[in-house]
Formats: sequence, C-alpha cells, structure tokens
Amino acid sequence: MFSVNTVIHQPGSFAKEQPDESFDYQWPEGGLQYIPDWIYTSPAIYQREIKRIFHGPVWNFVALEAEIPNAGDYKRSYVGPTPVVVARDTDGSVHVFENRCAHRGAEFCRSQRGNAKEFVCPYHQWSYDLKGNLQGVPFKRGLKGEGGGMPKDFKNEEHGLLKLNVTTLHGVVFASFARQLEPIEQYLGPEILKDFEVVFKGRKLKVLGYYRNELPGNWKLYHENLKDPYHATLLHSFLVTFGLMVAGSKNGMIADATGRHGTLASAKPDNVAAAVGAVKSEMRSYREDFKLADGRFLEYVREFDSPWSVTMQTIWPNLIVQRELNTLGIRHIVPNGPHSQIMLWTMFGYETDDEEMTRHRLRQGNLMGPSGFLGLEDNEAIKFVQEGLRRSPSQKGVVKLGGTTTGSTSSVIDEAAIRGMYAYYRSQMGL
Amino acid sequence: MYPGYDMPPPDARETREQRLEIEEFHADYCWTLDCGDVERWPEYFTDDAVYRITARENADAGLPVGLVYADSKAMIRDRAFAIKHTQMYAPRTLQHLVTNVRVLQVEDDAIKAQSNYLLLQTLVDGPTTIQQSGRYYDTFLRSGGKLLLKERQCVYDTVLIANDLVLPV
Repeated sequence: MFSVNTVIHQPGSFAKEQPDESFDYQWPEGGLQYIPDWIYTSPAIYQREIKRIFHGPVWNFVALEAEIPNAGDYKRSYVGPTPVVVARDTDGSVHVFENRCAHRGAEFCRSQRGNAKEFVCPYHQWSYDLKGNLQGVPFKRGLKGEGGGMPKDFKNEEHGLLKLNVTTLHGVVFASFARQLEPIEQYLGPEILKDFEVVFKGRKLKVLGYYRNELPGNWKLYHENLKDPYHATLLHSFLVTFGLMVAGSKNGMIADATGRHGTLASAKPDNVAAAVGAVKSEMRSYREDFKLADGRFLEYVREFDSPWSVTMQTIWPNLIVQRELNTLGIRHIVPNGPHSQIMLWTMFGYETDDEEMTRHRLRQGNLMGPSGFLGLEDNEAIKFVQEGLRRSPSQKGVVKLGGTTTGSTSSVIDEAAIRGMYAYYRSQMGL
Repeated sequence: MYPGYDMPPPDARETREQRLEIEEFHADYCWTLDCGDVERWPEYFTDDAVYRITARENADAGLPVGLVYADSKAMIRDRAFAIKHTQMYAPRTLQHLVTNVRVLQVEDDAIKAQSNYLLLQTLVDGPTTIQQSGRYYDTFLRSGGKLLLKERQCVYDTVLIANDLVLPV
C-alpha cells in the first residue's frame, strides 16, 4: 500500500480526479498567475505527460556512470514510468533499453544492479547482449523431425530490445525515446550547465548509498518546490535558524531560456546573525533557542569554485541535482500516476575524499532524504498540497508573487520560475 | 548479516540473562518513543554512540549512507530537539515491536546482539501501516549498572519508504 492511499477518500473518489471525455481543459483566465488543479489530478493529463514529455523530446536521467563503472555492470532504471536497463558493454559504451523481453514482454531484469555477461529472460530464455541485441532463441529451428521453431525469415536483428537514445555528460547518463534531439549541453543551456559542471566536471564520484521513497504528490510539485525559493525561507527551520538560506541574503533563482530547468542558489551569509536578524520577524519557523549540540553537522568546507554554497538544480523532466553545503546527491523522479511519484536518491562524494570528508558528508546528509531535516518537510508539504488539490471543490492555485514575469529572479519572494516552467509545459502539452 | 555482527553466537542457554536484559532495554526504549517522549531518546546512548538507519541494499553493499546518521550523542540530541520542536510534519503515532533477540557476543561490559523490529505508523486519516520492517544490530555497554547503546544500526527491508520517516526507529 502506498502512502497516497487513505482510508477516507481513496484516490479516484472525486470528480476532478476522473474528468469525463468531454471535459474542457481550458487554462484559467489570468494566464500564468493561476494553475488549474486538473494538471495534478487528471489521469488523461498524466497520460499526455508521459507521451509528450517523458517519452517525448527530452533527455531523461537514468544513471550515474559511477554506479556502473565496469564492463557488464548494469542497473534497473526508469524513463518516466517506463522500466529500462542501463548497461555498460565490454567496449565501455553505455546502453539503455527497455526492461521488457522482445518476445512476450516479461520484465526480465529483476535485480537493482549487478554485473552480467548477457541478459537472459527467465520465461523462455531468450538472451540479449549488453547492447540489447537478441543473441539466442532456444529451439529457434524447432525440433528435429517434429518441426516448430521460428519461420525461416525470422531475423535476430529485427527482434532485439527496444533501445533508447543515450548520451553522457561528465559522468551523468541520460536517455530518450526521441531519435533526434539536441546535444545535452544545448538541452541544459549555459545557465544550468554552469552549476551542473561545478558538481560533475572533472570529478570522479564515489557513491555513498541510496534512499528510495514514494511521495504522494504529483511529480510536477517536486519541480515547483525547487523553483519556489519563497517556501525555502519559510518552511524550513534549519535553513532559517542557521542562516543556510535567508531572504535578503545573496540568493538566486536561475532559469534556462526555455523555463523548464532551474537552479535554486544561495550563498551562506558571512554574518548569519545579522542576516537572520533583519528578517526573522517574518519567519515563524525561526527558533532563537535552537543551538546545535554538535556543530560539526553544519560546517561548510569550501570545496567548489562557486559563489554559491547551495545549488539545487531541477533538470527537466526527472532529475534533481543537490549540492547543499557539502552534501551531494541526485534525485531521480519516477512519475507514478497523477497522485504519486517515486523518488530515487543516490548520495555521493568524490573519489578524492578522505575518510573525514566522507564522514562529514554523511553527517550533513541528515539535511536531505526521506528523513532529512529539509527533505521530510518538503515531502510532508507536497503531500498536503496533493490532498488539498484532490479533495476540495476549488479549482486553481495562485502564483502571483513578483507579478507576471517568468524566468530568473534575484529575489526569493518571487514565483517567476514556476510561471516560466508552466509557460514551457503548456507549449509542450498543447494547453 | 552485518559486518561486525557475523560471529557464531554462543549457546543461547548461556546468555539468557543478557537476552532478558536486552529485552527489558528494548521495552523501555520503545515505550519512550511510542509515548512521544523523543527528548528522552538520546539517554539510551553513550556519548560517542553511532546511530544509523539504512536500507538493506546499502548495508549489503557496504555503502555508508544513512537516512539518519549520527556519530555522537550530541547529534542524536539535535535530532530529538528538531523532531520535538522545529520540524513540520503531520501528526502520527507509532508502535515499535521488537522480537527475536539473539545475543551474539558477550565480552566484559560489552554485548552484541541483533533483534527484528516492526514499526507501525498511524496517521490521522489513514490505516495503520507497516512503516518499516527491519533489524537492529546493537552493541551495548554496561554503564552504572544499566545498558547503553554504543552502536545501533537499523537495517530496514522496507526499501520504498512511504513518503518519509520522521520519528526514530
């Protein structure tokens, strides 16, 4: 049972969760200052998103190369909701193919990760190489004297696994169902590439481990959350109290030219007390009496050539890159129906880290993840939003902070990046 | 199996007293958490305690990350304070059920043991659900006549966490 399920009002018990075929998907008047609830609740919209976005002209995150360093290494992954396998061939190249046997459709790869010479579907033992090509079909020519077997014109090369378009950038692997797509650097755009490279370029990653959680909220709410600096300065007592991100300090919400990607950036102020003191009356979650018993947890080792101590990147449509002080990780969003998403976290450091730096990253990891001081509050808030959208008769939300502008802002009291994302979303969705 | 806890255990008949003591420890520890008295939770640990909650896939692969990762009692105290006073989450109640206690090693004042746990969670308008099914790998130290945790590794099977894990295991 997923946490989206409640005893009262199971998903699907409200009309707005099941609009009939004649429902008119008209964006509310007022342009981008309003967001209609049906983009979060309608199964028809969800199916359109899978087709036009996740299976459309986008680069989907599927793996870090550090997860599959050696020939034969593989992991199960997802493109949108679609299960895929990411495998490294003996020539070092990385391949992504559907986790679905070309014969009868069995999801043949059952382990999260491992090392293999080939993939064999357990049902009828069709075998595939690490590129996804069909290698062997048992009894292909039938039984001697009894016939059967494949027709004479059956060609293995016509019955391989469905292969996706693959690209890698600084150790990050992306895949797409689209055959023609701009190069990944161009897809990200210079504004986003800059902070992406701070984390990945020229660095060998060391995977520290995984978290997985089911989040009972529409997948777009997670993108919004990280294109919404306003919440960061209000909801999260840790950011506010310890000056990790304070309204009025040096912050930025950076968007690419299309509006689909974003970087929420912040520089920890040199004088935390002064920065917090100037705005604390606006922030209910500020706690004067909260002093850490173990201050090591929030120390910041300046390891990057960047003005920002925090960059949270939303890379359309399914990747979050987290650099929060010295805790690093990615989140892979797997949409799971209109009301739910699966969040796959990979936490990492660098191969050059000594033991103390690794421990520092692990300690600071308490900020993020499904038990993180910041992470759990976001998960709770997103759940509350989905329940409110789903169960109320009201029809729309308001995104008016900062007026009608879209894209990058230096103020955190602004929702221009959310508006920019929905301008792009509407163009892709035909809404 | 967990590194450091994979030794052949002594004959269970020789460690019944320790097992009973550990069962009493679990009962107190769980009572404290299930009552919502989370600020008393750090008192079950030594000053240099290590506490980690992690998925079995990490434990099996030797990956060090923790959902919760503390390497001092002070860090455990900070988490207790945050849960009680600063974190935003929906109200919930928990029941910890701990069973299958096995004493793995007794050396002077130190005892190593493993136990299975179930963590049941109830939200205001939801059913009671199994939040986690897992195993404790514990190292106890005797201090002033009572047991304290020097290490608690909580390794869970419930790989896909239902939204989040707020309260301690």
